[in-house]
Amino acid sequence: MNLNRRTLLASGATAATLATLGLPVRAQEGPLKVGFIYVGPVGDGGWTFQHDLARQAVEEQFGDAVETVFQESVPEGADAERAITQMILGGAKMIFTTSFGYMDATASVAAKFPDVKFEHATGYKTAPNLAVYDARFYEGRAVMGTIAGRMTKSNKIGYIGSFPIPEVIQGINSSFIHARKVNPDVEMVVIWAYTWFDPAKEADAAKAMIEQGVDVILQHTDSTAPQAAAQEAGNVITFGQASDMAAFKPSPRVSSIIDNWGPYYIQRIQAALDGTWASQAYWGGIGDGVVQIGEITEAVPAEVKAEAEALAASIADGSYHPFTGPLNKQDGSPWLAEGQVATDEELHGLNFYVEGISGEIPS
Amino acid sequence: MDLGGISPILLLASLMVASTPILLAALGELVVERAGVLNLGVEGMMITGAITGFAAAVATGSALIGFLGAAAGGAALSALFAVLVLWLRSNQVATGLALTLFGLGVASLIGQSYNGVRAPAMPDLHIPVLADIPVLGPILFQHDLVVYLGLALVAGVWWFLNRSRAGLTLRAVGENHEAAHALGYKVLRLRLLAILFGGACAGLGGAYLSLVRVPQWTEGLTAGAGWIALAIVVFASWRPLRLLLGAWLFGGISVLQLNLQAARVPVPVELLSMAPYLVTILVLVLISSGKGRAALAAPGSLGQPFHASR
Repeated sequence: MNLNRRTLLASGATAATLATLGLPVRAQEGPLKVGFIYVGPVGDGGWTFQHDLARQAVEEQFGDAVETVFQESVPEGADAERAITQMILGGAKMIFTTSFGYMDATASVAAKFPDVKFEHATGYKTAPNLAVYDARFYEGRAVMGTIAGRMTKSNKIGYIGSFPIPEVIQGINSSFIHARKVNPDVEMVVIWAYTWFDPAKEADAAKAMIEQGVDVILQHTDSTAPQAAAQEAGNVITFGQASDMAAFKPSPRVSSIIDNWGPYYIQRIQAALDGTWASQAYWGGIGDGVVQIGEITEAVPAEVKAEAEALAASIADGSYHPFTGPLNKQDGSPWLAEGQVATDEELHGLNFYVEGISGEIPS
Repeated sequence: MDLGGISPILLLASLMVASTPILLAALGELVVERAGVLNLGVEGMMITGAITGFAAAVATGSALIGFLGAAAGGAALSALFAVLVLWLRSNQVATGLALTLFGLGVASLIGQSYNGVRAPAMPDLHIPVLADIPVLGPILFQHDLVVYLGLALVAGVWWFLNRSRAGLTLRAVGENHEAAHALGYKVLRLRLLAILFGGACAGLGGAYLSLVRVPQWTEGLTAGAGWIALAIVVFASWRPLRLLLGAWLFGGISVLQLNLQAARVPVPVELLSMAPYLVTILVLVLISSGKGRAALAAPGSLGQPFHASR
C-alpha cells in the first residue's frame, strides 16, 4: 500500500515536471485556444445562433491551428467573470464575450490577464488587450422601417425592446424615422421586455401589441416567439432579428437583419496568430457585410422591395446615413441640422427618442 | 386608473392563458410538498415536459397526445428524483437543483432536431352558447382544453386534500412521517405517487408553453417559470385555492405590464415586474411571524428524509 502510494506520488511528480518543461514548447506549437461566452443557448435561432455560426466558420477556416470552446447561457453580471476566468484557466488565449452586459466583467478579467486577448461585442470599454466590436444594426433597421411604414394598414408599428441601452434606442429611432419618412401617419408602440431571451414573454409582448392594433412588429429580442404569435394572428408582419428566421417566410417574416460575424472573427483570429492583433473599436455595417438584409419576400410589393433595396444600397456605399438631419429630439429641441449626420460618439451614447415617438425611455 | 384603450376583456382572457403553465406546475409542486417532499427541480421537469410533449405532438400530429407525452416526460424525470431522495435518501434541495440542471440539459439534447419545427395546432374549444355570452364568453369560455384542465385540477386537488381519505393520509405523511408510518401508512409509496403527480403536472405546464403559448421549441423556453411556480406554492401557503389566486396574480401582472406599455401608459415597468416577488416576500414574512403561524405554516416534515428504522 505504502509502496503503491509512493510510486504513485513519484510518477505524479514526474508527470508534473514533464508538463512544466513541456508546456512552453507546446504553447507555441499547439492550437490557439479561443473561447466564446454566449448570452443565450446556441439553439435560440437568433443572436447567439449567429455567433455560434461564426465560431463554426472559424473552426472551418483554421482547422487544427485553432481550437474553440464556448459556454452558453452565461448570465450577464458577476457570474460572467467566473465563466471567463474559468475559460482562461482552461487555456484560452483569446476570448470573445458576445453581449453588452458582459462589459464590466470582461474589462475586469482583462485587467487580470494582460496576456490574453479580449474581444467584447457591442460595448465601449477598451484596454490594450481588450478590443470592442459592434455592428451598425440601425442601418438594417432603417431598411426594415421603410418596409414597415409602407406595409402597415393600421399605422401602428410595434417594437419589442430588450433593455434601454443605446444599441436598442438606435434601432427604435432608425426604424421610426424611416417608417415616418414614407408614411407620415405612422405611430410607434414600444414594449420593453427586460430580457434578451424569454420566448413566453416575447410572445405575450407581441400579443399585447396585436391586441392594441399593431400590424407590423419589429423585435430586438432573440427568440422566434413573436414571429409565431404574428403568424397565429394572421394579418401581422414581422422581421427576422439577428438571424434570418427563414422558417417564417414568406409571411409573417418579410425580411430580416442578419448578423454576420464570421469574417470579423476570422480576421481577428488571423491577426492574433500573426502577432499583429491590436486593440481597436470596430463598428461595421451593411457595407462591411457584418449587417446583412435577409431576402425580402413576395409578401412585399415589388416597388416597396425596390425602395428598400435602394436604401440599403445607398447606406452600403456610404452616400446616405440613416441619422441625417433635420432631426429633432422627442421634446422638439433640435438635434441634427439639415444635412448634418450623427457622429458615432453621439450614437454610442444615444439615450433619447426622436420627435414623434411617444412614451418615455425607462432609466 | 386610465387604462388607455386596453380592453379589460382581452386582458383577462390573456391572463387565463398566461397563468396556466405556472398554475399547472405549482399545483403539482403543492401536492409534492404537502406530502413532505421539497422538489426544486420544477424548472427541469417543465422544460423536459415541454420538449417531450413537443416531440410527441410533432410525431403524432396531435397536440393532445403531445400533452400526454409531456406528462409522461415530466413524470419520468421526477421518478429519477424520487428514487434518489426516497430510497437513497439524498439531500432533497441538492437533488432538486441537480434535477433542474439535468432537465435543462436533457431537453436541449432532445430538442436539437426540433429547432424551427412547427407544432400541430391545438384545437380551439369554442364552447357553444357559453362562448357567445358578451363579457364572460371571451374571458372564460373561449380557451383551449388545457386551461380548463388546470382549473379542474385545482378543484380536484382541493377536494382530494380536504375531503378525501387518501388526501388526509397524504397530509399526515407530510406533517409527520414518523406518526404516519406508526399508523401503518406507506410513507414512501405515497410520496412516490405525489412526486410522479408533481412531475406530470410540471410536464403539462411546460408543454403548454411549447405547444400553445409560444408555440414552438427553443432552448431555454421556460426561462424561469419553474422558479416562479415554486414561489407561488409558498405564496399560497400550500393551499390550492390561494394557489389559483397566486398564479393569476403572477400571470396577470406580467401580462398587464406588457399591455400597459403597448397602450403607452406611463408606468414604471421595473416596479410592476417586481411586484409578484415583493408580494411573495411579504407573505413569507407573514408566515414566519408569530400571528397565524399555525394557519399558514409549511408541512411539518417538508424536506426531511424518511427511513422506517428510525
